[in-house]
Amino acid sequence: MRWVCIVFPQLALDAVQRMHPAPDEPLALLAGTPQRRVLQTVNAAAHALGLRPGQSLTAAHALVNTFACAEYDPVEIERWQQFLAAWAYQFSSQVSVFYPRALLFEIESSLGLFGPWPRFEARLRKELTELGFRHRIVAAPNPAAARVLANLYDGLAVADDQALMQALAPLPIDRAGLDPQAAIALSRMGLRSLAQVQALPRHTLARRFDATLLKHLDALSGQRPLALGFYQPPDRFDVRIELNFDVQSHQALLFPLRRLTGDLSAFLCGRDSGVQRFDLHLEHAQAADSVIKVGLLSAERDAAMLFELARGRLEQVQVSAAVRGFRLVAQDLPVFVPQRQDLFDDRPQQTLPWEQLRERLRARLGDEAVQGLRFHADHRPECAWQAAADKNPCPTLNKVQRPGWLLNEPTLLAEPGVQILMGPERIESGWWDGADIRRDYYLIQTRAGQQGWAYRTVGQSDGLWLQGWFA
Amino acid sequence: MGAVVALDALFNGGRVWKGRPAASPASVHPTGLAALDAVLPTGGWPESALSEILMAKDGVGELQLVLPTLARLSAAGERIVLVAPPYTPYPHAWQNAGVDVRQLSVVRAEERDALWAVEQCLRSGSCGAVLCWPRKADDRALRRLQVAAETGQTLAFAWRALSEALNASPAALRLAVDARPAQVRVLKCRGGLAHPAPIALVGH
Repeated sequence: MRWVCIVFPQLALDAVQRMHPAPDEPLALLAGTPQRRVLQTVNAAAHALGLRPGQSLTAAHALVNTFACAEYDPVEIERWQQFLAAWAYQFSSQVSVFYPRALLFEIESSLGLFGPWPRFEARLRKELTELGFRHRIVAAPNPAAARVLANLYDGLAVADDQALMQALAPLPIDRAGLDPQAAIALSRMGLRSLAQVQALPRHTLARRFDATLLKHLDALSGQRPLALGFYQPPDRFDVRIELNFDVQSHQALLFPLRRLTGDLSAFLCGRDSGVQRFDLHLEHAQAADSVIKVGLLSAERDAAMLFELARGRLEQVQVSAAVRGFRLVAQDLPVFVPQRQDLFDDRPQQTLPWEQLRERLRARLGDEAVQGLRFHADHRPECAWQAAADKNPCPTLNKVQRPGWLLNEPTLLAEPGVQILMGPERIESGWWDGADIRRDYYLIQTRAGQQGWAYRTVGQSDGLWLQGWFA
Repeated sequence: MGAVVALDALFNGGRVWKGRPAASPASVHPTGLAALDAVLPTGGWPESALSEILMAKDGVGELQLVLPTLARLSAAGERIVLVAPPYTPYPHAWQNAGVDVRQLSVVRAEERDALWAVEQCLRSGSCGAVLCWPRKADDRALRRLQVAAETGQTLAFAWRALSEALNASPAALRLAVDARPAQVRVLKCRGGLAHPAPIALVGH
């Protein structure tokens, strides 16, 4: 058991439906020329209405009028397959998109990390269901056999070559992944199952059919390795959702946003990286895209957190025109370093780390809302602090009396009865940057008992200016 | 008449049990003011709860009440968040009071968002203490803060005007700071009777 094949039987439908908040509504994917539109695929609800793949669109409309349509786009399907490969990359470094609408990856080397196969399989199914893709999973000793068995089975795990032979033997000829012409020829010869073909002498097969048939049979039995090109994850994430209608409020964007951030998180888990900056593009019919930049202070990849942060940014944006499409682009994918957590932390379970709390506050209040504080070596009180956090501990400061609160702007102390408790203390500094001061500072007490810090500029007699409170 | 037994002998023999008020357990968060600790039922700030400090005007020593606590918390590596402070904290003074200013975070917010930010900080449980200055907080807003402080097991301090003393409050502890004479009065404390006599504030 070394290879897993995951087949996505409804990849085109799932890719469209997962972007819809109501996936149970009838939906048909259309293909064909503009003159003759043909239903390519229909979902279960549409099938129940009598729609069938291959019907023309006019025939379908004659039957029923209440189904949604979307374009069947092979490029889009290819892109989703690439996305799923990026997701699978977190489980194995050997991921292949050799077969269309299917993923192959090697798992024997991953089982030590992800547990025994039943648990691993349950995890794969859970994550795929969350991502919104229907699937069939088969594990087999070689990739070709895994793909062929996935045509018929779901959840089959073949342990060794002997069991593989038993599993392959009853396969019908037309489901064995053979070249269609060869399959028809074989069935016309009266052969129904793969076991009958395998029992034939090789040289007769070689004479009657071209070489691909024998190659395929050998690949199935594992005698001939299948040459697979392996998937390399891209360095950027760019997913776009086309909305089928004009969206006026951010409420309607939340569902696509949740999908996009969820996909981004799955992609990042596959690459084992985080994201620090990403852009949300709101596409309009007439105007240029509105771009919302989401910046984080550290690399993150948790889906719920990314969604919440992006939502906080999105809710504040005012957009002039209706939104037609929604796109998430992440260029810069730095290494993700998980937060260190104490084993014996006495905080409650649901605790939110400070980094996440800080991001949440910044998302709603603005990028500059959360500031640190540090001492700056300057005698002028207004220059003695900076809104940034220090890395190193501050050296011990002299024990002069300074107020706990500093007023944003000094105010003229107009009230009578101010009593001077201490002073003056001359502060004369700042000749080098043009903001030089010459002040005499006093510790004062107002009539109400408030203790303040006030100054009088040397050489001026305009009264005391209050600059701080000894609170 | 039975034999006369000396009281000492009874007590020392352990045959008579004497009811004595048990010494209250030392609080996790002493205020740093011994006289105040003595009259509070928990021996300090109520844990995981909102404490209100009411004062008529700024600069009457309202910050001094909490600085020893903040110094202790910051030395233990806890984060201290100031949400929408009315003035700029002067790092020189805070540092001289023993507070490690690297652990301070100042959140700038409008009045409307400030209460939200306070609640988020309290609920997260990642802060040691959250300081706020609500101006127009009603009973329900304070109740939310109190519940958030309980959820996140965080100390919450709110400074409000003395005129609010007339209105009821869900805070676990309410202190009023007077300027003349410089003193602290306990208006309400959960788990005990409010101490009637004021406590002098030194240095003001």
